[in-house]
Amino acid sequence: MQVTVHVNGVTHTREVEPRLLLIHFLRDDLRLTGSHWGCDTSNCGACVVWLDETPVKSCTVLAAMADGHRVLTVEGLERGGVLDPIQRGFAECHGLQCGFCTPGMMLTGRWLLDHDPDPSPATIREALSGQICRCTGYENIVRSVRWAAEHPA
Amino acid sequence: MNASADLAAAGEHVMNGAYGPVKRKEDARFIRGKGYFVDDIALPGMLHGAILRSPLAHARIVSVDATAAEAHPRVEAVITGETLAALKLAWMPTMSQDVQSVLATDKVRFQGQEVAFVVAQDRYSARDALELIIVEYEPLPVVIDAKRALDPGAPVIRDDLDGKWDNHIFDWEAGDEAATDAIFAAADVVVTQDMLYPRSHPAPLETCGTVADMDPVSGKLTVWSTTQAPHAHRTLYALVAGLPEHKIRIISPDVGGGFGNKVPIYPGYICAVVGSMLTGRPVKWVEDRSENLMSTSFARDYHMHGEIAATSDGRILALRARVLADHGAFNATAQPTKFPAGFFHIFTGSYDLQAAHCQVTAVYTNKAPGGVAYACSFRITEAVYLVERMVELLARELEADPAELRMKNLLRPEQFPYTGPTGWEYDSGDYPRALRLALDMAGYDDLRTEQAEKLARGEYMGIGLSFFTEGVGAGPRASMDILGLGMADGADLRVHPTGKATLGISVQTQGQGHETTFAQIVAEELGLSPDDVEVVHGDTDRTPFGLGTYGSRSTPVSGAAAAVVARKVRERARIVASAMLEVAPDDLEWTGRKFQVRGDPDQARGIAEIAMAAHSALELPDGVEGHLDASAVYNPPNLTYPFGAYICVVDVDPGTGEVKMRRFIAVDDCGVQINPMIVEGQVHGGLADGVGMALMQVIAYDENGNCLGGSFMDYLLPTSVECPSWELGTTVTPSPHHPIGAKGVGESATVGSPPAVVNAVMDALRPLGVRHADMPLTPANVWSAIQGRPQRTDLAIS
Repeated sequence: MQVTVHVNGVTHTREVEPRLLLIHFLRDDLRLTGSHWGCDTSNCGACVVWLDETPVKSCTVLAAMADGHRVLTVEGLERGGVLDPIQRGFAECHGLQCGFCTPGMMLTGRWLLDHDPDPSPATIREALSGQICRCTGYENIVRSVRWAAEHPA
Repeated sequence: MNASADLAAAGEHVMNGAYGPVKRKEDARFIRGKGYFVDDIALPGMLHGAILRSPLAHARIVSVDATAAEAHPRVEAVITGETLAALKLAWMPTMSQDVQSVLATDKVRFQGQEVAFVVAQDRYSARDALELIIVEYEPLPVVIDAKRALDPGAPVIRDDLDGKWDNHIFDWEAGDEAATDAIFAAADVVVTQDMLYPRSHPAPLETCGTVADMDPVSGKLTVWSTTQAPHAHRTLYALVAGLPEHKIRIISPDVGGGFGNKVPIYPGYICAVVGSMLTGRPVKWVEDRSENLMSTSFARDYHMHGEIAATSDGRILALRARVLADHGAFNATAQPTKFPAGFFHIFTGSYDLQAAHCQVTAVYTNKAPGGVAYACSFRITEAVYLVERMVELLARELEADPAELRMKNLLRPEQFPYTGPTGWEYDSGDYPRALRLALDMAGYDDLRTEQAEKLARGEYMGIGLSFFTEGVGAGPRASMDILGLGMADGADLRVHPTGKATLGISVQTQGQGHETTFAQIVAEELGLSPDDVEVVHGDTDRTPFGLGTYGSRSTPVSGAAAAVVARKVRERARIVASAMLEVAPDDLEWTGRKFQVRGDPDQARGIAEIAMAAHSALELPDGVEGHLDASAVYNPPNLTYPFGAYICVVDVDPGTGEVKMRRFIAVDDCGVQINPMIVEGQVHGGLADGVGMALMQVIAYDENGNCLGGSFMDYLLPTSVECPSWELGTTVTPSPHHPIGAKGVGESATVGSPPAVVNAVMDALRPLGVRHADMPLTPANVWSAIQGRPQRTDLAIS
């Protein structure tokens, strides 16, 4: 089947199998490898991207379901050579180690800040609770999101 | 807590300002989604592999029929055990002098074992074709409970081994049994406890995978792999497959977490290599999450019996342990060869004991192979858990305060270097200072007051302590090797004409930030900025030999190599500078940034000027032909011994068994810190792992050998809401034998934190008469313990 997806502001039309997962469409067909695959079961959130205005786990979304929709991936956070504050926050606060969960964490963090510009640490933890980081113990991720809240673009 | 004063006290180790919380070089690519992980690789013509795995834990293979799979239009090859047997690759050596099946030929011995490998044009077709392979199994009785593995008449798992008639792997012991027994016989107080450190799994967020590319023309094999030890893998590929080592290139690109899971060579890697050899095209294989959890290196699975002897006034005298170690179906643990139980025999911990003895028996079961993984420092996790639970139980028996009992028995600063009863020589430490700092940070006395007030209201609050000593940086070549490869690591340093430098190292980052910290080490030694030093790692064609990153060995071994090679370069620079300034080399002194003529600060040259001169036509004295480049191999004289004091505060709901972690205070001493920001991050991550193991994570099996932890829906990992905001403190006691006084920290918190959590929960449940329950302390397990029926957490027998 044919799908047309608007990814990071660019329109892509591709012939795909109906069963193709959005994460594989992004990674294998479009070669946007910043979004990662980690668990198959919607538990880890390494594959989080935005479908229109909402973070989704792209390992449990079919590419067909994104047909006609907008997708934002980590590659779309930086605009015109300017990093998003959430990206700067992660680098400033050592919010990443291996970097595998980071794209998903940043996309959820960006979404949170768009809806709550001054979230408490508890609010940040709740927002990120559907995603897993195996390296940081989360504290510096919370600090990274707070940094971004305190340094809006 | 005054880290800067501590760092100043470290004296000569820190003089130049390159150490400190430097932001990471790695982050620039990761925050942009530009990391380069194995599954990101796409080579022209690349094929995709998938593994058919056994649904049964123990069965004889009657037949494997791949006809239909081979006929699939998008399948390029199907590899079975028979295919590999013809190549003499059906079995491979493990890191513990055993063999492991690559693809099963005779039997399957655990659920998830590799049976066949499909190579197809895309990853979905490869999976489709697995469904077309027909395997006929003849089920066999299983051995799942390690405690029944040595029963007479138990099914023999390893009948592939000549003359093997039982499931016994080894017996091993350390310490003085007679002296220990004598002390126990005469002791005022003896406390005993059985405890399980259950099977866990490191579960890095990136699973294991590989891309193998055999060039049929040049005969060169390139393997991109999620490996923590690229050089060791290259040598093993050469030995296993008979390939010439100089024609093998292992590249470990960005690795999405390792924690020991990515040390071994797995069957999928071998299959991908064979797939590339058979098809003449690159083959990618990346396991899914269930494959990762069910088949790759697990951790722990130690059934321990601990005994502690003390005087009635609380002087600990001796410790005794008997361990039943479940190694799964193949003995594939990865540790220095001479230590089949890893470093478990450091189990006397941080205390001044008169004698100790431990005995370990290892057995085969119908479970996945592994055992040494997950930030365990070669089983110091199990050792620290045992001693810290025993000390806690002793405190309870004596009705002593657990903090006071520890303070009374900790090794004292003047006892270092200290040789323990099982032979370990601890290099340095100030244990009482670390414990006092932790108690002060926690407000320990106030917590005890609050606990009493809460109990009066019927609320169950617990305070748990642990004090750990790690032994990291394996290790001295004379006593430590893996498969005969000594555990020394190399470093190459090139200083370019303009004074920029490239450092090649043998170890491989999986998130530890080597590209930053190793640049800091060289910068500190040569008076450069860390920005001027590029670190190359993870590519056997571009880096010197070494055994890789695990056991917290990067800083203690490879970090030392980096400092040593930089000092070699500096001494070459001294000779070149002497020619530039027309003085004798001995007339120059190193200021930290320049070589300066003694007593004449105006006559000085920095490394950049010297490097240009070394590459110029300047006539140089004997000893330097030109250039400043050098290489070094570091053979550590001893392990380094980081330590720390941890305190955990929990609230337990006795109605539901739910444990809420309120606070976690961690004081760590890892010697001189190259980058305190990264050290803090390492500790944070380890604490989350420890909390996960204590409260949530377990790989259990049912009576048929079905793995009950085969997905993230079943194998629960801590998220941001289970973790508190960690409270960290630092002391700095330099290692006296490490070139920069550093000790390594990657695994400290994983080693030290589980007993603090368990001690806290048991402290909370003490008024309810609960003495011990095994990890993980899930609500159901805690609730059962309160009812007087603690669970066997490793089994789910209906």
